[in-house]
Amino acid sequence: MTDFSDIIFAPEWSFLRFAILVGLAISPALGIIGTMVVTRRISSLAGASTHAALGGFGLALFLQRVCMLEWFTPTLGAVIGAVAAAVAVGIVSLCAKEREDTVIGAVWAIGMSIGLLFLDRTPGYVDWQGYLFGSILLLTPEDLKMTLILDAVILLPTLIFFPALLAMSFDDTFAKLRGIKVSILYLALLVLTALTIVLLINLVGIMLVIALLTLPSAAAGCYTSHLKSTMMLSALFNAIFITAGLILSSILSLPSGPTVVVVAGLVYAVSMIRKKHYSK
Amino acid sequence: MNSKSVPVIEIKDLSFCYTPDMPVLENVSFVVSPGQSGCIVGPNGGGKSTLLKLMLGLLAPTSGTIRIFGMTPADARSKTGYMPQYHQLDASFPASVLEVTLMGRITPFTLFRYKKADIQAAMQALDILGIADLADRSFAGLSGGQRQRVLIARALAGSPELLLLDEPTANIDPGAEEQFYATLDQLRKQMTVITVSHDLGFVNRETDMVICVNRTVNMHRATDFTAETANEVYHHHVNMIKHDHACFCHCGKEGCGND
Repeated sequence: MTDFSDIIFAPEWSFLRFAILVGLAISPALGIIGTMVVTRRISSLAGASTHAALGGFGLALFLQRVCMLEWFTPTLGAVIGAVAAAVAVGIVSLCAKEREDTVIGAVWAIGMSIGLLFLDRTPGYVDWQGYLFGSILLLTPEDLKMTLILDAVILLPTLIFFPALLAMSFDDTFAKLRGIKVSILYLALLVLTALTIVLLINLVGIMLVIALLTLPSAAAGCYTSHLKSTMMLSALFNAIFITAGLILSSILSLPSGPTVVVVAGLVYAVSMIRKKHYSK
Repeated sequence: MNSKSVPVIEIKDLSFCYTPDMPVLENVSFVVSPGQSGCIVGPNGGGKSTLLKLMLGLLAPTSGTIRIFGMTPADARSKTGYMPQYHQLDASFPASVLEVTLMGRITPFTLFRYKKADIQAAMQALDILGIADLADRSFAGLSGGQRQRVLIARALAGSPELLLLDEPTANIDPGAEEQFYATLDQLRKQMTVITVSHDLGFVNRETDMVICVNRTVNMHRATDFTAETANEVYHHHVNMIKHDHACFCHCGKEGCGND
């Protein structure tokens, strides 16, 4: 067992304090994007994008080590993989809604497979478990910087285009009839979702990104009846769940990603039961 | 040519098919003049929804032309109000009644928030539907009939001159029918109201056209629309039940969805 005060003050816990800082930084982005993923019901699309990130990540690592392409960092690879997958599935969903499900399954599995194949052929040690299940030891100041940039890139357009975002989410046909460029707005949302996913991967890992992308927003939705307030409460929930989960995992010597997700899952379950109980 | 004489809807030799060998609509021609309203009726799969989508410019005709106020349907959208069937929408969506109604005022230049004039217009639309007191309520917490009224208010909020309503009586609350019909009669005096409905109780006998759609279109004056005409459209026996307001169309055929 670790003493709680150690976590706050001891130098050997600085990595945990840094992870909490990154977690707090990603919460606003996660609150907005997570709420959109939940209300637009695109969590499986986000899942495909997440697993395609592993493909890009594997490719980048392979090229870096085998072809000496130093500039092709794993994060860049993951961004390319996640964004390409999200846009590709998004275009299919706009043009041929009935095929969306199949394409999501294909991108999901192929993305992951490509990643694992490249990782297998990449010489040297690869901490692939860290990418699958998250490793807060992998977090760098670069991650914090990128997370803060992402916050700005998500928050600003959300505030500016909020009426259009709300109208599109509720009824995209009607929004289109009123002159809103629904397709562009939708694809922009998917790109921002993909970027959020890549930054989340270091924190909780590929397998658990979807949980953190949906559970806090779904829990927040149990207490609110406006999209904006759902987003804000979801951001707050994210900050609390990530902080509590990281501290708990350190005290109990548990893996960080799963602990964060279980905390979020418990609150979601309680919120759902409470809502069902009160609506009777 | 003054604007009064421009037909609200003018459809000429229109055909539409999703695949070349399966025409949904064939040789459709009709005109709805200013001051007229109409009710689109016909069996399921007969092309009612397709006709509505063509009038909104969501689909393009395979051949023929369609003009709304003399313009292409896409150009006429700012003059057109549309209410979809509400079960196509997410019933648990987190938004208030006012927020949903305001969506009828949105333009590509609506940034950050709606203007005061937009909120006024939305409240006025809610008032016409008699649900201004629900403005702050959650859309998710409403009854089916209330939601339907909110969606009509949303269509009205944009001050349309043509109102297209898809199955407006599908979820009407029992006991609220008369008031609802009265509201629609009121609207018909101010604009052209085209409803898609199985429910002929809705047709106003003085002003309305009955637009019968079953691959092709036949127009009837509401006064002339009898059981015989209904049978022709549905190709099977239809019972017309006289009602206070006008008449209801009931038919027993499976899949008609109108029992």
